[in-house]
Amino acid sequence: MIINHPLLGPRDASEFTYLGDAALMLRPNPKSDTAADSFYSYQYIRENTAGQHRELWYHEQGDRSWLVVTRNISTHEITKVELARDVKRAKAINNEAATHELG
Amino acid sequence: MSYSAFRIFKEALTGHKGWKPVWRKAEPRAQYDIIIIGGGGHGLATAHYLASIFDKKRIAVLEKGWIGGGNVGRNTTIVRSNYMLHENEGFYEFSMKLWENLEQDVNYNAMVSQRGVLNLYHSDGQRDAYVRRGNAMALHGADAKLLDTEAVRRLYPFLNFDDARFPIQGGLLQPRGGTVRHDAVAWGYAHAADKRGVDIIENCEVTGFDIQNGQCRGVMTSRGPIKAKKVGVAVAGNSSRVMAMAYMRLPMESHVLQAFVSEGLKPLLDGVITYGAGHFYVSQSDKGGLVFGGDIEGYNSYAQRGNMPVVEDVCEGGVSLMPMIGKARLLRMWGGIMDMSMDGSPIIDRTHIDGLYFNGGWCYGGFKATPASGYSFAHLLATDTPHVTAKAYRLDRFSRGLMIDEKGQGAQPNLH
Amino acid sequence: MSLVDKNVPLNFTFDGKAYSGFEGDTLASALLRDGVKVVGRSFKYHRPRGIMGAGSEEPNALVEIHGRGVCEPNRRATTIKLFDGLKAKSQNHMGSRNFDLLAVNDFIHPFLAAGFYYKTFMWPEAFWEKLYEPVIRRAAGLGTLTRRADPDSYDKGFLHCDVLIVGAGPSGLLTALSLGRAGQRVILADDDFRMGGRLLSESFTVNDALASEWIGEVLEELSEMPEVRLMPRTSVFGVFDHGIYGALETRTDAIGVGGARQTLWRIYAGHTVLAAGATERPIAFANNDRPGIMLASAVRSYKNRFGIDLENTVLITNNDDGLRTDAAHIIDTRGGGYIANTAGRKGLRSVTLHTGEKLTANHLAVAGGWNPNVHLTCHKRGRPVWDKALACFVPDAATLPADMSVIGAAAGHFSTHSAFADANAVAKKLGAKTPALPKAEDAPIQITPLWHIKGAKRAWVDFQNDVTAKDITLAHQEGFSSVEHVKRYTTLGMATDQGRTSNVVGLAVLADATQQTIPQTGTTIFRPPYSPVPIGALAAGHAGQHFKPTRLTPSHSYALENGAAFVEAGYWKRAQWFARTGEKGWRDSVDREVIMTRNSVGICDVTTLGKIDVQGRDAGKFLNKVYVNTFSTLKVGKCRYGLMLREDGIAMDDGTTARLSETHFVMTTTTAKAGPVFRHLEFVRQCLYPDMDVHLISTTDQWAQFSIAGPNARKLLEKIIDPEFDISNEAFPYMACAEMKVCSGTRARIFRLSFSGELAYEISVPARYGDALVSELMAQGEEFDAVMYGTEALGVMRIEKGHAAGNELNGTTTALALGLGGFVSKKKDCIGKVLSKREGMIGQDKLSMVGFMPVNETDKITNGAHFFTKGETHNAQNDQGYMSSVAWSPSLNSYIGLGFLKNGTNRKGEVIEAVDYMRDNHVNLQVVNPHFIDPEGARLRV
Repeated sequence: MIINHPLLGPRDASEFTYLGDAALMLRPNPKSDTAADSFYSYQYIRENTAGQHRELWYHEQGDRSWLVVTRNISTHEITKVELARDVKRAKAINNEAATHELG
Repeated sequence: MSYSAFRIFKEALTGHKGWKPVWRKAEPRAQYDIIIIGGGGHGLATAHYLASIFDKKRIAVLEKGWIGGGNVGRNTTIVRSNYMLHENEGFYEFSMKLWENLEQDVNYNAMVSQRGVLNLYHSDGQRDAYVRRGNAMALHGADAKLLDTEAVRRLYPFLNFDDARFPIQGGLLQPRGGTVRHDAVAWGYAHAADKRGVDIIENCEVTGFDIQNGQCRGVMTSRGPIKAKKVGVAVAGNSSRVMAMAYMRLPMESHVLQAFVSEGLKPLLDGVITYGAGHFYVSQSDKGGLVFGGDIEGYNSYAQRGNMPVVEDVCEGGVSLMPMIGKARLLRMWGGIMDMSMDGSPIIDRTHIDGLYFNGGWCYGGFKATPASGYSFAHLLATDTPHVTAKAYRLDRFSRGLMIDEKGQGAQPNLH
Repeated sequence: MSLVDKNVPLNFTFDGKAYSGFEGDTLASALLRDGVKVVGRSFKYHRPRGIMGAGSEEPNALVEIHGRGVCEPNRRATTIKLFDGLKAKSQNHMGSRNFDLLAVNDFIHPFLAAGFYYKTFMWPEAFWEKLYEPVIRRAAGLGTLTRRADPDSYDKGFLHCDVLIVGAGPSGLLTALSLGRAGQRVILADDDFRMGGRLLSESFTVNDALASEWIGEVLEELSEMPEVRLMPRTSVFGVFDHGIYGALETRTDAIGVGGARQTLWRIYAGHTVLAAGATERPIAFANNDRPGIMLASAVRSYKNRFGIDLENTVLITNNDDGLRTDAAHIIDTRGGGYIANTAGRKGLRSVTLHTGEKLTANHLAVAGGWNPNVHLTCHKRGRPVWDKALACFVPDAATLPADMSVIGAAAGHFSTHSAFADANAVAKKLGAKTPALPKAEDAPIQITPLWHIKGAKRAWVDFQNDVTAKDITLAHQEGFSSVEHVKRYTTLGMATDQGRTSNVVGLAVLADATQQTIPQTGTTIFRPPYSPVPIGALAAGHAGQHFKPTRLTPSHSYALENGAAFVEAGYWKRAQWFARTGEKGWRDSVDREVIMTRNSVGICDVTTLGKIDVQGRDAGKFLNKVYVNTFSTLKVGKCRYGLMLREDGIAMDDGTTARLSETHFVMTTTTAKAGPVFRHLEFVRQCLYPDMDVHLISTTDQWAQFSIAGPNARKLLEKIIDPEFDISNEAFPYMACAEMKVCSGTRARIFRLSFSGELAYEISVPARYGDALVSELMAQGEEFDAVMYGTEALGVMRIEKGHAAGNELNGTTTALALGLGGFVSKKKDCIGKVLSKREGMIGQDKLSMVGFMPVNETDKITNGAHFFTKGETHNAQNDQGYMSSVAWSPSLNSYIGLGFLKNGTNRKGEVIEAVDYMRDNHVNLQVVNPHFIDPEGARLRV
């Protein structure tokens, strides 16, 4: 696979280390009354639907950027690659904002 | 239809006209007592044990395509019970015992071949972990032997002992481990279940569950609705997709694992070898092909295919362990979709929906589990209590902090 | 005329007998010219087999190439480019190829029908492994793999292009020409060692001249284009994601002649043009597998390309293309003729027609129609569709990858004219101007399919795996009606040719049995690789010591010169111990290193520990998040031990972190976790808290780091520290850190840390000074009898001190289990804190780390033993835990161990049983405090 790094251009996927669903960026609020439940879901439960998947890749053999890659996990087609920190700053991940640590 | 050498002899002399289908092509009925979704190894085994051990009637297995087309038909055929954690080892040793009697049980030769499974170690730390594992195996009545370098050399003198980046220091051998002809497992269970009246319904895709007031009363299928008192789901690889129809989300990701086979070669390798310093394990099939595999691709996927880096990684492991393998040629590669669970261990449990039962999360180890998985799932479906060897495989173990994590990798499925 | 050069004879042997051929020959053509009929034996029935094809589709003529004491098995004689000195042997027989004892299988064939082995061999139970299976295994398999290392080397390379053209027949060549003239970066790859495709094998003209003239002109022009790369003998074997293709280039078939024998290419292509041609298929009729029965296209190849006239040839065809074959007698099945049987076990002698007439024939050309080579369109799960008029599967535009075009015969456009027309169309689509269409034949194929001539005798479908039409109908009769089931039950299409000549015929036979059409019956998916690829080539460059990279520590050469044994720690090679003359084994060396360190001073290279610079205004806040304990309050010039959890509450790693300034921390990690911890920190920084002002950089490779431990550590260090720095206990107490200078002005960082439990320092200098520093320390340490110690002594001392290491931080242990529950700050959140409180991870009955000593002091403790309460039965239910680290303590003159015991913290003093079946060592152990030595920590504070 080839990942089109937003800063470095197309790179072979073997330069990257995969983590998983980009929802891992939505660490719940540890102070919430429901923290135990929400951390359980955050850590263990996955949508895992066939089709579009926003996921985290780390450019370990490169510039160490974490990227949010939008990839169809049925076809492997990649339609979007963003810097994770930009996504996080823009809060552009679907999120129940109220339960999220940084709100 | 019963199979025997005599029967073959008779048929050979009469032009093979008397052979009947190995299983009937059943049409769906309107109602069953128990429906198993998934005509793979686990689903068919479940049906067989429900009918034979638990004496259940009116059972159907629904398969969206052809039986045995999922992971039971696309794995590297290894069976073993060499786990470290008690929650796993008891279960897999139970499975091994069922394997040992499978052919006589189902009257079909699945070629269970106990040629030994050897896991190599290359460091003191690996050795000590294998000792802990071997001891756990012994505590469950499984067989395990710790070998040193020389003992490994006597078994497999052609491994790389002289010029290895990570020299072989020894191995953990399970002599009772081995291989089984994978397709025949599905066919054998289908044959035996069919004989006891189980309806095996191919080309019948489940499109939804009939759930009312928290109770599952049947399924919708591509061939119409079917009522059932109990529905068991055994569709590893597609668990998340199927359970989503019951509005359940699972502690699971789907990943692809590639497997490989070489061209046919004269007998070379008796047992199964797993390399401890690279992603490579290998055995030789009765037809002569070296059947080998390595690590999963590492990214979520529902595509039954992989990419070059893993192919190369696996072959690098192979050549580094068995330098002669360089002159063998890769004939075919294929991918299977794994239910990668969050701790690397499976789930066999009731769900919060009455009448809906779940079996999945087998990661890349589902084949060897087939008999025990079927037996335990049948036990659960028949008695509503978990089988003694599968008690730990609960859905709620993650919320309760009772993970069964052989590799100690935590909630990252691609590391298990 | 032919394309072999009769001026260049080449000598070779086959089964030890000398033959000769010419430059331009394949092994197959050379054998045919010399009249060799039987080349090998079939897989199951061990039937004599000859040469059936002329290319990579060959199912029968599999041979071994020998050289340098090894052989390469299962090579198709049709793809071996003849070279002088080639040694080839036939394979898969017991005895010789002409007298194969296993041919008995052919005479008992009724007992060996498809799937016979599933129905028997079950009794008695134990006989499968002992009797039946060994017999089956011995008979099965094809060639033999030599049990010796592969003497060849292979290369691996990467290529990038605008357009990859697969196949250099008329359509591929013309496409390359247009794109090349347009300046596009083109790769033209072809399996064959000669480019030209089918044109080489037919007697066609192009522009009213011999086709070879046109090929020559095109190749000449292409070879002069700098952006065009011509790659003959290159098999594009696999299609992967995002325009990546796997290809294998073969330089020579000779074994071990130096240089890379083959190169594995990963080709990154903007667009791919599949011009892979088509493969002719046989017809299933009685005894259609005899030596001398060949594909009609192969007969023409041998005649036109290799100049071999096969005597006494009969033709059977169901289409017009077959009629191009020279034959003494033609059976056109469209007129109702067919073949009832053939005779000649070791070489065709006669053909019996449907009329009963017997024709003398030494060769039979079979033309059953053409299958487009659609394989590469299927690797990404594309499914070809059935073309009824052409009676073949053609690529389906709907499932074709967007970056792939299929042209010429591969698309079902079989005439040379349509191949050229396709080439111009695709070149235009790809933005190139196109030349006038070369003038070429445009004859339609006119096929009326005939797949299978039914009869009582066996008619082969899959020649290599010995699958007959009857096997397929038997499979259907037994309920295996899905094509995938048939394939698996009969092994149809699973031989080394992957069903190149058999799949479609098999499907047709199945369709006939199921009373369905072929498209209703289905198709099988072609999987990579298109042609088998040597595993050695796929592993190119990673054999032996080069399997993985090697990392060397700064003191590596010093260690080498001083008797060190090395141990693999990930990719690192670390000194394990330093043997001195007179020492009888590793224990002598390790004991000495421990004792000398504890008595005076020892030096250990700890460079492999991960080092991470953490800088920024929020660095303290950031560390609070990743460590269970608080770092924001750490004073400048101080170090603190830190424990890090995964988000699931399990211990991830530990280490010390030093604060060099308000905004600058230096973290250390364990060797094994250096990479994963850094990745985790970057995740926390970028994905969770991108607004924190903190930056990270890994400096593991930048600093050489040494531990100096022992009562004389300060005295030694003082000798090299520049005089302006004070490291007295008052000025530089335990857990202090500072940047200083050593050896007259060399930058250094000094940390007063102790892993051994002794007075100790860690000193780091820029990596390039590491080697010099070790020599200097050892020279200066001579007066103290300073000693280098390796990882074993390091391990002994840390176990004596009760520090958890990798064996304890094994990914399943909590802070509580490690006895570090008290470290978890109650005042703040950290990664892993919430989930560490789940019921299954807390509570008295959980495992916790304790120390163990043998009750009987001569007993040995072994690692990996399981614990049992004394007197209880040894079974899984009663298991109380396991041993994780063991050492012989020279300080205590006893074995000691660390391990995890249920409720261990509250069981100190109890005697338990440690059971180790693997080493047959069951001993009674006393549960003790894990801090075996100096539990108050007095020594490290002096």
